[in-house]
Amino acid sequence: MNWTWFHKLASPPHAYRIAGGLLPWFGWPALLLIVAGLYGGLVLAPADYQQGDAFRIVYVHAPSAWLSMLIYGTMATAAAVGLIWRIKLAHAVAAASAPIGASFTVLALATGAIWGKPMWGTWWVWDARLTSELLLLFLYAGVIALRASIDDRDRSDRASAVLAIVGVVNLPIIHYSVYWWNTLHQESTLTKIGKPSMAGEMLWPLLVMLLGFTLYFGAVLMVRLRSEILRRERDASWLRAEVGS
Amino acid sequence: MSGYFSMGGYAAFVWPCFLLTAIVLVWNVIAARRLHDAARIKVLRRASAAKGSS
Repeated sequence: MNWTWFHKLASPPHAYRIAGGLLPWFGWPALLLIVAGLYGGLVLAPADYQQGDAFRIVYVHAPSAWLSMLIYGTMATAAAVGLIWRIKLAHAVAAASAPIGASFTVLALATGAIWGKPMWGTWWVWDARLTSELLLLFLYAGVIALRASIDDRDRSDRASAVLAIVGVVNLPIIHYSVYWWNTLHQESTLTKIGKPSMAGEMLWPLLVMLLGFTLYFGAVLMVRLRSEILRRERDASWLRAEVGS
Repeated sequence: MSGYFSMGGYAAFVWPCFLLTAIVLVWNVIAARRLHDAARIKVLRRASAAKGSS
């Protein structure tokens, strides 16, 4: 198989330009979908027969929890690619992902706590779902801190990659925690075998928000990846021509 | 309208969640753009310093 395209893509000048070109294709659809999802979730969807209007928190809680895991998966995959094939761009993707993922993990925990108070009568319980999501935040914090604590870029890339990869075991634990252990947290709404346990008028805004948040992550990742490339390649001659124009 | 904003009595829980989400979404965009601008300025400074010394 011819891998030239891959190496071309992984070259910093190409990646910098491609990331810049992709940015509007992620950003604008993300904005449209999030606005549509908010309208659908806050205005069009009827109140839940058990949870009343409090259920609307799902439209921001589930997408942020989804992103917290998707971004960790992205970061760990990029870290593994960087570690195995020694592709520096992959480490840049991992470095760019970490702070975005951490912010959505904080958001998932915060909106979950606020939702928990009226529904469960408590902000927090030390059950499997909540504890494993908190552990995810610590993993992000660990990866970010480890990266920042080592001056040598290659060593910092490799060390944080190892931690990111080890932490992947936490992802299935988060997902299956509501099935494996007793918990206050409700089971997954979308991935239930058979059909999703939600009426269509409540479901579509959730799907739209999930897609919108995913594209939003793509947009922010493109901007952060570009600044990672700038930082890593700051003395390269191609760069001077690129940013000078 | 005030009935809508009261969210069936759950306003104190629903709106803070959406506000926090808005803050995180906006922060990510601002933080990423600031980082990019700062990195770009650094590259330009190094380039002009290199030009001056050569």
